[in-house]
This record gives sequence, C-alpha cells and structure tokens, in this order.
Amino acid sequence: MDTLAPLVLLAPLAGFLVNALFGRQLPRRVVGWVGAGSIGLGFILSLAILIQLLTGAKPLDQTYFIWWQSGDFNVPFNLYVDPLSTLMILVITGVGFLIHAYSIGYMGEDQGYSRFFAYMNLFVLSMLLLVLSGNLVWLIIGWAGVGLSSYLLIGFWFERTSAVVAARKAFVMNTIGDVGMIFAAFLLFLNLRVMDYTAIFSRVHQLPKGGMVITAICLLLLVGAVAKSAQLPLHTWLPDAMEGPTPVSALIHAATMVTAGVYLVARMHLLYDWAPTAAATVAVVGGVTAFFAATIGTAQVDIKRILAYSTMSQIGYMFLAVGIGAYAAGMFHFMTHAFFKALLFLAAGNVIHAFHDDQDIRHMGNLRAGLPITFWTFLIGTLSISGFPLLAGFFSKDEIIRAALSAAGSEFWLGVLALITAGLTAYYMFRLFFIAFGWEWLSRDDRHLHEAPPIQTVPVVILATGAVVAGYFPVANFLAPIFGNPVEAGFTVVLGLAALSVVVALAGFGMAYLLHARRPELAVAWRTRLGPLHTLVEHKYYIDELYDRVFVRPGFALARFLNDRIESRVIDAAVNGVADFFLVEAKEFRLIQTGRVRSYALWTLGGAIGVVLVVAAFLGYLPVRLG
Amino acid sequence: MPVPAYTFLLLSGALFTMGAIGFLVRRNPLVVFMCIELMLNAVNLAFAAISRYLNSLDGVVFAFLVITVAAAEVVVGIAIIVQVYRAGRQMDVDGLDLMKE
Repeated sequence: MDTLAPLVLLAPLAGFLVNALFGRQLPRRVVGWVGAGSIGLGFILSLAILIQLLTGAKPLDQTYFIWWQSGDFNVPFNLYVDPLSTLMILVITGVGFLIHAYSIGYMGEDQGYSRFFAYMNLFVLSMLLLVLSGNLVWLIIGWAGVGLSSYLLIGFWFERTSAVVAARKAFVMNTIGDVGMIFAAFLLFLNLRVMDYTAIFSRVHQLPKGGMVITAICLLLLVGAVAKSAQLPLHTWLPDAMEGPTPVSALIHAATMVTAGVYLVARMHLLYDWAPTAAATVAVVGGVTAFFAATIGTAQVDIKRILAYSTMSQIGYMFLAVGIGAYAAGMFHFMTHAFFKALLFLAAGNVIHAFHDDQDIRHMGNLRAGLPITFWTFLIGTLSISGFPLLAGFFSKDEIIRAALSAAGSEFWLGVLALITAGLTAYYMFRLFFIAFGWEWLSRDDRHLHEAPPIQTVPVVILATGAVVAGYFPVANFLAPIFGNPVEAGFTVVLGLAALSVVVALAGFGMAYLLHARRPELAVAWRTRLGPLHTLVEHKYYIDELYDRVFVRPGFALARFLNDRIESRVIDAAVNGVADFFLVEAKEFRLIQTGRVRSYALWTLGGAIGVVLVVAAFLGYLPVRLG
Repeated sequence: MPVPAYTFLLLSGALFTMGAIGFLVRRNPLVVFMCIELMLNAVNLAFAAISRYLNSLDGVVFAFLVITVAAAEVVVGIAIIVQVYRAGRQMDVDGLDLMKE
C-alpha cells in the first residue's frame, strides 16, 4: 500500500504534465484519453487500496521524505491512508474519471482542449493531495491547489468578462478561507509543536477540553471549510462558478472541492470532539445553509444555478451531520451526493448543449422525445436527491435527519430544519424537472433536439446506476475504525422517520406537480401573492448586493482614496520632498567646493580648532558648561 | 637643571601656528610644502617631549611614524609639483583648481 498511495498522486500528475507541456502538439484524441486515462488509472489504484484495506491491511501513515526541517518544526511528506481517505479518493477518482470521459465529448469543439484537461488533472491532483496528505502543511498545499485550479477552470472561457469576474470572486472567497486554515495551523503548532495527524491526534488531549485554544483552532479550520464548501456566509462564489464549463461544475460540486470542507471536519473529528462549541457552530452553519440555499433554489430559472444552490444545500446537510458528530452519516451523504450531483450536472450539460448553450429552464421542455437517456437519468437523479425511497439519497439523508432529530436541545431543531429542507429539496428539484423536462409541448414539437453522443451518455448512465445503488454500500461499517460503530437505531424509529421524510418529500413533490405541471396559473398567482418574499428569494436574499455595499464598494472607495490622495500627496510627496531637499542643499554646499587647496585648509583648521574647543569645554578648561 | 615640559609644548604650538599661517597665506607650492613640514615637526616635537615627560616610548614611536609618512608624502608631493611645472602651469596653488569639478 505504501507504493500504491503515491502512485495515486503520480497518475494525475503525469496526465497534467503531459497535457500541459505537450498538449498542443498531441492529437485531440490522445489529449482526451491521457486526461481521462490518468484519472482512470488513479481509480484502479484506489480500488487496489480499498481491496487491501478490506482484506485486513492496516491503515497507512508512511513518511516518504522530510520536506524541510527547522528547529523542532519539521514537515514530512507523509501519506495517510485510512478508510476515510480511501473513501474520498475512490469518489474523487471514480466520479472524476466519469466526468473526464464525459468532457472528451462535451469539450470536443473547444479551442482550449488540452488546456482544459491539464487544468482538470491539476484539480484532481490537488484534491487527492488534500485528502491523502498526512500533515497539515501538505493539506494546505492541496487546499490552495484546489483553489488555484478552480480559479483557472471557472475562468476557463477567459474571453467572457463574467467568467473572469466569477473566477476572481471564487479565488478571493477561497483565500479568506485559506487564511483561516493557515492561522489554525499556526495555532496548532504553537500549542502542540507538531504538524502531522498522528501526533496531533495523540497530543490534542493535552489541551483543556472546550478551552479557548482548541475552540479557536476549530473555528479557524471552520473558516477554511466554510469558504471551500460554499457555506454561509462565504457561499456567494459557488453560483457564480457556473460560468465555467459544465463538467467543471460537476467536478467542483460532486467529487471535489466543496466536499473538502466536510472532509476537513471529519478528518479533524478528534479536535471537534474536544471543542463542543466549535462543533455546534459547524452544525448550525450547515443546517442554516441547507435551508437557506434550498429556499433560493426554489426561485431560480437557470438550470445550473438551481443545481448550484442544491449543492450548497446538500453540503449543508453534510456539515450538519459532521457538526453533531454523525461523521459516518456525513461521509455517506458525501458519497451518494457525488453520484447524483455529478449525474444531474452532466445530464444538465447534455440539455444545455441540445439548446445551444441556453440555460434558462423556461425555454426548455418536452425533452423525453429528443433526449430519452438524459431524461430518464435526470429523473433518477432528481428522485435520488429528493429522497425517494430505496434510492441512494434516501438512505444517506435519512441518516442525517435521524441523527439530528435524536440529538437533544438545539440540535433537535436543526433536525426539524433539515426535514423541512428535505421537502424544499423535493419541491425545487421537481420544479426544475417539470419546467425543463415537462411534456406539455409534446404535440407540436418541431425543435429536432438531439441526444448527446455515447461518450456523454454512458458516464451519465453509470452515475445513474450509482445514484440508485450507492445507498446500499455499508459506508458506516467501513468507516467504523475511525468514527466508531454506528449507533443502532430501533427498527420502528428507522421506519417511522423514513415514513416521515417520505411524506415530507411527497409534499414537496406534490407542490411542484401542482404548481408547475398541473396548474401553472396557480404558480403565477402564488408568486404575486408572495410578492416581496418571492423577490427576496429570487434575488438570493440580496447577499451579493449586501457584500457589494459593505465590502466591495468601500474597498474600491478606499483604494481610490489611497490612489488619488495618499499615493500622490503623502507617499510621493515624501519621496520627492526628500529628493528636493537634498537637491537644494547640495546646490548650497557645492559652493564651498572651490578647488582651492588653501580654502580647504582653512576649513580644516577651523574644524580642528572647533573640535579642540569642544573637547576643552567638555573637560572643563573653558568657562562654558557643556553637557 | 631640567627644562620644564611646557616650554617644549609652547615651542611646538608656536611652530605649528607659524606653519599653519604660512600654509594659508603663501601661494608658492614649495613654500606651502615647507609649511607642512613645519607643522609635522611641531607635532613631532610635542610627541617627543610628552614621551619623555611620561617616561614612555609610545610618543617617540609615533614621532618616527610621522617622520616616515612625511618623507613619503614629500616624495609624492614634489613629484606632482614637478609634473605641474613641466606641464607649463603657473606655480601658484590658487591656480590649481582642477579638482573643483
């Protein structure tokens, strides 16, 4: 296993290097398959690691080299392979491979074909480094690498101003999180003097439980997690990230990036167990974000934006789960979510292509005839995310809601919020489905929509299979060595809560069916009746506008002030003033340089007499007192 | 009867003052040089006198050092003066202000 783990990293690295250095010379076919194949190879290697773990191999913490050492600060390059990171790399490479393969078709016509695959491989590489790293420093390197490659990919179509702006926004938001991460690492090192996980986990109990230090560390880590996972209040970059190509959205939302925050909290669960306040904060952030994003999702009309808000909402579920200590449930939901969200995005990509890059769901409709595979797979994804019984999303979401509802105190109310969110999820997903895929145009369809080629439909079908069966994987048992054995809930409790969540989901579905399929005029009536509330939700609670007023504009104003006033009148004035002063003085002193030896001698003599006088005065030989 | 040390210092001061004034008022480079020698030797005299007064050889050592430096300086100085004379310049230190620029 100690050779397999670095190979998992080297495969995408090789793909990245080949495509980045020689991509322009290579034929397109080779570029695409190098890009996808390197990730596929990573998946096979990850499967080998999984098999070794299942057949009883011990988790690995192997140091390959010491990166640098200074005093008692030493940073090894060590990889940490346990069930948690194995689950992560399996999803990253598995779903990542399908997305790469899909991209071969989707990006087929694009100018920057090799650039695209180079960036994608870099993205996967950074994410794998993030999850496999065995110490905080390399985690942060991977963390920053994910931020960088997401910036590159969101701004992939850099000739569009909106893409550049969105990329910059994502980068700035992520950097806020990076700063939090780095400060957390500083604090950890100051208090524990170590950087690698094994040592951190064994020494964390030296800190006072729930004390200032551990709480501060966990909250700073949370800042990083919130920024990367697009939770409140650093979420605004995620919907804008839709400016990137659709496979990028799928990669960011499903397999990588946004789940990094969940992974971080789960990986650091010993720290969060030691800081209950911070853990409760994680839960509140997650629960509120889940609800908040779901409400926004109900009023959007851009297919990718709806999916983006649904991602925020689902990641909120995962945060809620890891915040209340149900780590295995959170990671379980991460895995099922990877399947159905990648499926939804890739299927949406097929739809967008069919409509020539129009993303407004109101312009779509009746896709069953034209795009049968996409239609049925999207339906499976929608059912899965809505928690339709026996599909993947049903199991994982139910576990989170059950864990939250069975907790005491305020966490119970977060569970109720999560339950309401489940209903909202069913509503907005079926609203999307009915409007975009509905069949009311069936009789007069002359649009000649075409289904995507097999390279784009096969990955979607595979993901759809995953979205159905992923719920049966015994993830909680697999992760038991890390998080402890799952709490066995009574059969009646499980059944009762399942029934409850199904009822809620059915209510959401019923609402969507009534308003957007059965009687659309009712939806219009409701919209006017809700009035300002609807406008508020449609404009995403005006958070972007708020940040614009509070941070961006004052920032610009300050920059303008510094540029126009401080720069010219203070800094330049000081620099030029010093220069002018010496120029003027130099002109005056120049006069004493006559070139005449005798005048110099006179000056010298005068100086000497002056020195003698001063010394004499100090020694008290003169009737003057100095000093 | 030993001569008191201050008489030597007075003589040294008088010689130095003469040298300094001569340096400032005369324009002939050779005379200027002689004035410099006068000042150096005034200092030497003071060194030697105080050395004797303090019963220490330090001052004498310095005097020898000054004599050596003075000899070297004269060699260089006279060489420069000869070169200036050969170049057809006037023998007036006030006219030699090439170092101004």
